[in-house]
Formats: sequence, structure tokens, C-alpha cells
Amino acid sequence: MPDSTVIDYDGLIPNNVGLNEDLRVRKALETWHPGYIDWWKSMGPEGFQDFPVFLRTAIGVGSDGWAKYGFVKMPDYRWGILLAPAVEGRTIPFGAHKGEPAWQEVPGEYRAMLRRLLVIQGDTEPASVEQQRHLGSTAPSLYDMRNLFQVNVEEGRHLWAMVYLLQKYFGRDGREEADDLLRRRSGHQDTPRMLGAFNENTPDWLSFFMFTFFTDRDGKMQLGALAQSGFDPLSRTCRFMLTEEAHHMFVGESGITRVIQRTVEAMKAAGIDDPYEIERIRALGVIDLPTLQKKANLHFSLTLDLFGNEISTNAANAFNSGLKGRYREDKIEDDHQLTSSFYPVLRQRDGAIINEDVPELSALNMRLRDDYVVDANDGLTRWNRLLKTSGVNFQITLPHVAFNRRIGEFNAIHTDTQGNILTNEAWEATKETMLPSTADNEFIISLMQPVREPGQYAGWIAPPRYGIDNMPGDFEYVRMTS
Amino acid sequence: MIDFQTDPTRYRHWKLAFDGPIATLTMDVDPAGGLMDGYELKLNSYDLGVDIELADAVQRLRFEHPEVKTVVLRSGKDGIFCAGANIRMLGQASHGHKVNFCKFTNETRFSIEDASDNSGQRYLAAVAGSAAGGGYELAVTADYIMLIDDRRSSVSLPELPLLAVLPGTGGLTRLTDKRRVRRDRADIFCTTEEGVRGGRAVAWRLVDEVVPPSAWEATVTARALELAERSDRDGVRGVSLTPLNREITDDAVRYPLVQVALNRAGRCATITIQGPADLPGDLRGVHDSGAAFWPLAMARELDDALLHLRLNEPTIGILVFRSAGDPEQVMAADSLLEQYQNDWLVREIRLLLKRVFKRVDMMARSLITLIGPGSCFAGSLAELVFAADRSIMFAGGSNNAATLHLSALNFSAYPMGNGLSRLANRFYGEPETLDTAAGLIGDTLDADTAEANGLVTFAYDEIDWDDEVRLILEERASFSPDALTGLEANLRFAGPETMETRIFGRLTAWQNWIFQRPNAVGETGSLKRYGSGIRPDFNTERV
Ligand SMILES: [Fe+2]
Ligand SMILES: [Fe+2]
Repeated sequence: MPDSTVIDYDGLIPNNVGLNEDLRVRKALETWHPGYIDWWKSMGPEGFQDFPVFLRTAIGVGSDGWAKYGFVKMPDYRWGILLAPAVEGRTIPFGAHKGEPAWQEVPGEYRAMLRRLLVIQGDTEPASVEQQRHLGSTAPSLYDMRNLFQVNVEEGRHLWAMVYLLQKYFGRDGREEADDLLRRRSGHQDTPRMLGAFNENTPDWLSFFMFTFFTDRDGKMQLGALAQSGFDPLSRTCRFMLTEEAHHMFVGESGITRVIQRTVEAMKAAGIDDPYEIERIRALGVIDLPTLQKKANLHFSLTLDLFGNEISTNAANAFNSGLKGRYREDKIEDDHQLTSSFYPVLRQRDGAIINEDVPELSALNMRLRDDYVVDANDGLTRWNRLLKTSGVNFQITLPHVAFNRRIGEFNAIHTDTQGNILTNEAWEATKETMLPSTADNEFIISLMQPVREPGQYAGWIAPPRYGIDNMPGDFEYVRMTS
Repeated sequence: MIDFQTDPTRYRHWKLAFDGPIATLTMDVDPAGGLMDGYELKLNSYDLGVDIELADAVQRLRFEHPEVKTVVLRSGKDGIFCAGANIRMLGQASHGHKVNFCKFTNETRFSIEDASDNSGQRYLAAVAGSAAGGGYELAVTADYIMLIDDRRSSVSLPELPLLAVLPGTGGLTRLTDKRRVRRDRADIFCTTEEGVRGGRAVAWRLVDEVVPPSAWEATVTARALELAERSDRDGVRGVSLTPLNREITDDAVRYPLVQVALNRAGRCATITIQGPADLPGDLRGVHDSGAAFWPLAMARELDDALLHLRLNEPTIGILVFRSAGDPEQVMAADSLLEQYQNDWLVREIRLLLKRVFKRVDMMARSLITLIGPGSCFAGSLAELVFAADRSIMFAGGSNNAATLHLSALNFSAYPMGNGLSRLANRFYGEPETLDTAAGLIGDTLDADTAEANGLVTFAYDEIDWDDEVRLILEERASFSPDALTGLEANLRFAGPETMETRIFGRLTAWQNWIFQRPNAVGETGSLKRYGSGIRPDFNTERV
């Protein structure tokens, strides 16, 4: 067994999984590699493939400093296969097989279910790269541009992580699925990505920040649940991916914080107290807070759809089989089998939203979504603290979980952001007060003017507090001359 | 009570739309519209109530819409075509309900194929979203299956890996017999929960064509029109299937032409059919009579009565068929059906009679036909004599003698599921007896002649009649209902196997066995555990 804390950078594919000794998988991955590079060049960040970018690359998977920074052209980025170190004597933490040694190989009876979990997770990774590919040209600064590309290359690496598992453990089917991951296209009518939110547009930087705040957080929850898996290679893969996912959410959270900061500064300078004086605030070239709230409403509700049906047999099966746990399963104190417990689920019944206790195993999607809502709410506190200290009378809140849903219990009803049920007419009449209107989006797009001088920032966003890797404020994160 | 009568204004789960020669039948199941409490019809899953509407729609398309040459089957829901029979419904249903549910859904599937094969009304399944289990079985009744190639939509028969039961609505049999899928591929397909999509679905002949979403709507329309062009359907004015006039009391079900009298103590129902009172003289008259034309009216009433007895009167073990009327009138009706057999409406009526008589064959009840004085078992109605497990004819009474008449239709119009006419089935292995019977077409046959020619089981005279009839019924009622069902289902169908007999005999029989076994319905069995996330515990013994 190779030392899994050391990454082998000698071959084409950096890894800590002993790829050199595993000829079959190495060959499969090397065969897949050119297709990946083609995909990256055609579907990755548009217009910036030839410029050196100040990117972080993982050089170790231990807790002792795993990142190294340096300039690299994105197609030359060293995408690798990195698993968190194996835990000696790990056992399956939940479900019917709880307490048995964790699987190092795929159990035959769960092969199809596990493959499906991997493919669905894997499909989201390249999808967000595709969604964000046009954003480089309107970056509000080189700092933000670099952060975008960092997120993009890491999503690319997450794809590699899933593809490695597919190719190592799932034979011919796995190879076909790996190829299909490169063939689907976000938003494409004929070959869309598998999940709805990953086929939406990310047309502007406000959307990007909201996406990384809300939708990457879904990734965090899903990975957190998969990191508990009794299939050890999946657990180790996801544990390492989580460290990267945390950075993506930081980009979103700090990005919106900087937008808010800039808006309240501009309002103060112009002597505007009322956050609803939208026209006057917009005239200052900053994004008004009610529009931010609408964007949050949109991205939150789209992301909730990713959790699927509240009551789900698939989720129950995945848990009982030991393949996908709950978020932070290891921190939960119960029997970890859930065969006799109940969990409250918000349901829609005859035009009312009610709470109903259902067998806990079948409510795992609901539970993960509940955990997500708590986590997202925590994330809002920094924004709201800033708003409070700035003296502006406004707080960003999460809409009701029934608001603007297309999947699950509430897909057939309309509600306002408080969860009050609306008629179709009332919804049509009020939806633009709750979701971005065309005019709102046009205004946001109008602000998206690129800023490419080192140390300079677009007028709608404040500079960050610290540079990447402690670089000075005027550091040239992307060298626009190749 | 489960009611099989409905009409489009009352549908909860289906929508019909018409555009010239193309009709679109859209499945959009109301989750709250289950026939019973305790389950939600999610993801376009169905129960008997959904299928009753489907059967009604298929029937009305044939009678009320002669202009429709292609029926496009599609889903009103995003990402799902149909998820098949509702699992929770199956989990809670009684064994008897499951069996009758499967039988009816199978009959409905065959009625779709009957429209395609014989009425020039072709079915096109436009599968956008996943078609799983009964959803795929529904699609596979169509002439042509299109699957959207969005890299998500698939067709599957996940019953075995997911539920430890069979795709019992013809799925297994249609794979090999209709779609001609190679058996080892069929084996893979039926053990792969997620099913097959895209190019492989075409290569394995599970579907006929995959189409990318951008070309989907245009291709569906194009294929529908291509199918329509190949149709020989030529009618213009449909016949409206007006509501049946039905009265249900404690011990009777009465329609104008069909009366059911229940003898609960004897576990016996007597079904008396009234012959025609007046008939039109020509084809125009047939069309003008519409739903009131005797063969059509009688067939609809009898069909409803049979379904009512199946689902609502499970302890009635014996059906006694009687008739009353003028046999010459029945023969006159048969002449119209024979003379104008190329007319679209007459063709539909003959095909409906065929299906109703098949429904008789599929009754899990003992069938006894009594041919008494004043009866009119002639031509088409005589099918009830040949469908019976025993037929008894009254001999004697010279001024009011019982008679039997054969018409050409007995030899050609009403094949059974095994492809044979009831007479050919009866005389399987005696071709010369069948030939002799053909020579009797049009003759008025008395009891002795009928018995001598093997057309009835017994002829009894006045002295024996009452006692013999009573003894037969009492003896029958004393046997095990299960064993009788098995016996009758075997003896009714002689000779060759067809896809239809294989589905009702082999597939359904195995499914009904599995439905009784603990691995499916025990406390730790698959149907009970389904959706709980807990895996079933199987008894590993192979039987
Ligand atoms: Fe990711
Ligand atoms: Fe991410």
C-alpha cells in the first residue's frame, strides 16, 4: 500500500493512490485525460486559458499545509487524484451494516446505487465550470478573477475525483459514465446536466457570488453526507473535497460582504438612509439591498430543489445500505440506523403547509435540507452584522422553504417569501417583488464592467481585507500578458 | 363499490386532445386521486382507478373518433413518463385485488394493441422522462416507441431488483415476443434497476428511436403523421358512448339488456341477456342507432356487469348465462355485422364483442350456460355457450323448444386469446367435427342435434332438467374456489400459445404465485419493506 499522505507528482496525473502500480486504472485515466483537456479548453474559462494565474495547488493531503501557490496557465494545472488519508480500522458508521469494516471494494449488491450517487455528484462539478465560463471577461478585479479561476480548477479536480472512483471501481459502465460526464453540457437543450440548478445561467458576478454561497453549500452538505460513506474510497475522496469546497463558500460569502460594504458606504456618502430608495441608490453605481435580497431568494430556492423529494426511497436505501450518511453523521448521537424513529417533514396538504412525522429513514433528504438551511442561515450573520454596524435598517433573510420550488412537496403551489400560499394571479402579480425582474437583471449587467488594473476594483464592490497568500493590495493575480 | 363507468368529463388522470387524425392521450395522474386511501399516486404511478380511465379513453377513441388514426401516448409531468403501478397500493391491497388489478390492466393493454392491429388506430408512445415498470409496459403496447435522448430519460423494468416481483403487465412477454429482445439482454434489462437509455435502448430494440430534445416535438408529430398515413381507418361520424342505464340493488344489477340476479347463498349469479327487439335494416340504420344498436349496447352492458362481478362480488363463484328473445333477431343482427364488416363502426362492434367474450374467458368463476325454452343463443350470443365450462340445453317441449343457432361469426369473428375461435378451441383435435358444425350455420338446432354435434355438454328433458341443473350448481359451489380457478383457466384454452395466453397464463400465474410468497408480501418481504429503506429479508430457498 502506498503512503497515502505523499502525493506523487512525477506522472501525468498527480496522485496519492499509487496510480503508478495500478496500470489498469492509470491507463483508463490517461485515456480519459485528453478528453478532459479538450473539455476544459472548450468549456472552461473563456478567453483566459493562455494567461498565468496565481493558483493554489494541493501538495499534500495532511493537515500540515497542503497548498502551494504559484503562477500557472490553467490548461497546465496539475489536476490530481487526492484522497484524505485512510483511517486505520474504520468501520461503516450507519445503516444495516453499521460496525462492519468499511468497504475497500464496492459490494456487488450496491454497485448500481453507488454508481448513481457518484454520477450525480460528479455531474455537478463540471457543470458549474460551464455555467461560469463567461465571467472572466467582466471580473470586477484581478483578485476576483483569480478567485473565480481557483474555484473553476478545483471543480475540475472534483470531477477528476469522481472519475477516478468510477474508473477504478465500476468497470466498463464506470468508463462510459466518465465519458458522459464530459459530454453533458450545462443548459444545453439536448444534453443538459442532470440537476436543474446546474442548468441555470450564471450571467453576472452577483450570481456567481450567490451561487458559490448557496449552491456550493449544497455541495458541502452532499459531500459531508458522502464523506460518511461506508465505501471508504468515497469517504476519503469527499473528505478532501470538503476542504476545497470551504474555499468556494468563502468566495461567495466574502464577495457578497464586499458588495454590501460598498453599497452602504455609497449610501452613507450620499446621505441616503432608506435602503428602499432604489433609484437613487442605483444611480450611485452600487447594488441596492432589496435587489440583493431578491437574488438571495432566487439562489436559495433553486438550491433547495437540489435536495430532491423530501420523502425519498432512494435516500432511505442509500442510508440503510451504508452508502450515504447524514451530514456529520459522526457528530449525531442516536442509533445511526433509524429504523424506528420519526422525523418531521413539511408537507403540502389541500392547500396548507403542515408538519407531518414520517419514518426517519425516508425523510433523509428533508433532514439534509434542514441542516443546509441552518448552515446557510449561519452564513448570513456576517452580512447582517455588517448591515447592523453600518446603521442601515435592513437585514438579509432566507425565504420560506416552500417559496419558488419546482421539486418536492411544494412544486405545485406558489407562496410568498413568508410561505403564505398565493393564487396563480397573486403570484404573477407579486413575483417581481420577490425575485429579480428583467429590469433588476439588466441593471446588474450594466454594472459588470471589467477592471483589470492590479489593485483596482469595480465601483460596486469593496476591496478584500486581505490578499491571497498575503500578497499586497496591488498584486497582479492574473498576468494578462502571456 | 368500484365503478368502471366514466367519461372524459370525469377523468382525473388523463387528458385527451385532438388534432385532425392525431389524438394525444396525456397521462397526468392526480396524486390525491387514488381509488383507495393510504397511498399517493406520485410520479404518474397508477392504480385501478387510473386504468379504468385509460380503458375508457381507449374505447372512446375507437368509437367516438373514427377520424383519429394515431394516438400519441405521453406524460403531462416533467422528467417522468410513468412510474408504473403504485407500489404502496400493491403493498396494502388484498391478494384478490392485486390479481384483478393486473388482469384488468392486462386487458386494457391488449385493447390498445387490438386498436393498433385491427382498427387502424395506431399507438405511438412518446416517452420523455423515465418509463419504469408498468410505465414501460404501457409504452410497449404501442406500435412505435420514441425515447427522448436527454441523457436522463430511460426505460426500465426494475420490478425484480427493486420489489422482488415481476413486471406483470405483460412486460416480460412483450420483451421477447413483441420487441424480440434477445433473452440474455432481456435478463440484464430486467435486473438493472436504472434501466437503459439512449443508443443502447435502440440497439436492444427496447425502443424504436431516440430523439434529442431539440428535435423532439417535431419528430413526434412527424412519426404520428407517418403512422396515420398507413391507416385504413376511414370513418367520419363517431358514435357517442352514452352513459349506461344501470340499477344496482342488494341482489341484482339491471341494465336494459342484461340482468344480473345474485343468489348469495348459492354463491351464484344468473346473467340473463335480452335479445334484440328491433334492428335497423341497413348500414345507415346501424350508424343512426349508434350506442343503441343491440350488439353494441349488449356488449357494453355485459362488459360492465362482468367487471362489476369481478371486483365487487368476489364470493360469487358461479356465473349462469341465460338469454331471452327471438333467435331470428340475433341472427339478423349477425347478418348486419357480417354484411357490413368493412365499415369502421361495424368493425369496432365486432372487435368489442371479441374483447367482451375474451373477458368472459378470463373470469375466474365457473361458467355455466343454460339454454332453455325462449332463449336466443344464436350466432354471436352462442359464444357464451362455447365459452362456458358446461352448457346444458333443455330438450323437449315441442311447441316452445330450446334452440341453438350458429352463424359465420362463430367461426371467424371472435378468436380467443389463443387465436382460435371458441368452436375450433372446443373441437381442438377434431377438425371433422368443426367442419360438420360449419355445415350447420343458419340451421335451427334442437337439443338432440346440438348434443350430437358436441355443441352443448348435456341435453336434459323436463324430467331431469331442474335436478341436474341444481346438482351441477351445488357441486360446483362445494369445490375449492382456488382449484376451480386453476382448473378452468387450464381447460378453457386448448392448443397453441400466443403472446396473450403466455401473458395471462405464464406471466400472470407466476406473478400471482410470487404475490403470495413471503419474499414479496411477508412482514420482511419486499413490498412491505419498500420505501422504508430497510432491505427485505429473503428466504433463500429456490422452489
Ligand atoms: Fe465541487
Ligand atoms: Fe464548489
